Amino acid sequence: MEHPIFFIDAILSALGVEHAGSYSHVTYTWLTMLILIVSALFLARKVKLVPEKGQNFFEVVIDGLESFMVDITGPEGRFFFPFVATVFLFILVSNLIGLIPGCFSPTANLNTTLALALCTFVLTHAIGIRYHGVKYIKHFCGPVWWLIPLMLPIELIGHLARIMSLSVRLFGNIFGKEMVLAILFGLAGLYLAPLPIMFLGILVCFIQALVFMLLSIMYFVGAMEHAH
Amino acid sequence: MSKRTLVGVLTAVSVLAMASIAFAAEDGAVKAAGLWVFFGIAIACGIGIGMAALGTGIGMGNAINGALQGTARNPEAGGKIMTTMIIGLALIESLCIYALVICFILVFKIPDLGGMHELIVKSLGG
Repeated sequence: MEHPIFFIDAILSALGVEHAGSYSHVTYTWLTMLILIVSALFLARKVKLVPEKGQNFFEVVIDGLESFMVDITGPEGRFFFPFVATVFLFILVSNLIGLIPGCFSPTANLNTTLALALCTFVLTHAIGIRYHGVKYIKHFCGPVWWLIPLMLPIELIGHLARIMSLSVRLFGNIFGKEMVLAILFGLAGLYLAPLPIMFLGILVCFIQALVFMLLSIMYFVGAMEHAH
Repeated sequence: MSKRTLVGVLTAVSVLAMASIAFAAEDGAVKAAGLWVFFGIAIACGIGIGMAALGTGIGMGNAINGALQGTARNPEAGGKIMTTMIIGLALIESLCIYALVICFILVFKIPDLGGMHELIVKSLGG
């Protein structure tokens, strides 16, 4: 399998930057940030009461996300909506730019997905400590006090496993899609064999972004609610 | 058993028998060179992801079964049921993805055909 060629890395190598090919997940994260920030600036400049095309599209997206979130958390969960919506939009755009020939998904690298999962993990416990203080420990203990030596390690391992499951789920889906596309392209690229997998890939991108956001919301709700 | 099952079983047995003949020819030297590790890795990758896909298929079948029955009883709730079903399928599929990631880690440890050929020839003293 030949080494794939990425646009931004080729441009950076031509500009003389050393080792431009070994951190493509960082350079394509910059591309994702550029897309999100430019579209937000461009569309939020002239906000009208009766929305036009671009503003209408983003209003539908944000409104849909917020109603989806408030269905699960109730009205007291609105304060973490910016984080959750940012995670969704970042993962969605990151996944989708991998489908463009010559571009690479930053989420196809375990570093990016691990960073996102760690953000969710830290925010879960920050919310729990802010809402419950020291009594947050009660979330890790079982229903009765004499089960604590059994329940506490199990709950701690379960919480740490959340990081692994969030990161590996997203990484495996997107990297697996890229691997299948690369193999199919090597086998039968001239007969347009990767195209059906690309259609499936669009679906996978949406669903994985949605699942990451949904699991983050459920972890936050679990940290906010009262213990058993 | 039926004729199809009998033919399937005989095919599997004959393939495995031929594989063992190929192994026996270079048995001693190849084993000493530690090349059995690569054969083991290749078999493990295939069987591992196959069994993971088996469990995932059964689980997803159950999930879609429940969703279809719920929609058939109450067509108005079809949208909500399908949303929940898609999310459930993504979570079930993630278990297969964990096995797939392990298989990726293992598969990239096997040298390609050219490298394997060199290793085998070197182990036979050539």
